[in-house]
Amino acid sequence: MDEKKLAIVATKGTLDWGYPPFILASTAAALGYSVEIFFTFYGLQLLKKDLGHLRVSPLGNPAMPMPVPMPTLMMVLPGMEGMATSMMKSKMKAKGVASLEELRELCVEAEVRMIACQMTVDLFEFDTADFIDGIELGGAAAFFEFAGESDITLFI
Amino acid sequence: MVQEDKLLDARGLNCPLPILRTKKALGEMNAGQVLKIVATDPGAVKDFEAFSKQTKNPLLDQAEAGGEFVFFIQKA
Repeated sequence: MDEKKLAIVATKGTLDWGYPPFILASTAAALGYSVEIFFTFYGLQLLKKDLGHLRVSPLGNPAMPMPVPMPTLMMVLPGMEGMATSMMKSKMKAKGVASLEELRELCVEAEVRMIACQMTVDLFEFDTADFIDGIELGGAAAFFEFAGESDITLFI
Repeated sequence: MVQEDKLLDARGLNCPLPILRTKKALGEMNAGQVLKIVATDPGAVKDFEAFSKQTKNPLLDQAEAGGEFVFFIQKA
């Protein structure tokens, strides 16, 4: 039986949007898929050794459940983003949701291949020394080399 | 009831951790051995059926009691 393949493009760097790439990649790997994630633009934040800087913002996110209804104008107040971030983190912990670091570590263990987009690394002047070990650098053509023969391709 | 060779306590864990821990536990077992998993995530029911089907490790039995879900998976 040929090994199935999953290719993911991870473009978001917020606490909430960091989850889908790592959840799907780790689960696919557990199911026997060979997995590659291409990190580009804000998704590069997910490669940093320390993920403590990732945040979630209630601003421009009307679907985010809030403990009490709040007018949009309130969302710009100082401290709102920090509050939303710590609320989400404590809720995740209480519900037994894994931390991003844990899910990423499981991906690394399962040999999920992670590629950082060279162009956006240069554009935003990321220091690749801040990334976890084992990250490769590549461009769009490198992504298609794997995606072209993948069974599933996701843009997140 | 099926007799297990190893027990995995996945209570309190949420998707996708029960599946990932199961995969890891099966990796440390021999073919034919049975892993018993106890979980509290209701989503685990569908997930374990899907995991079994896709990895070809038979789901021998499953049960629910008092908000806990029990699965018996045999390593193929």
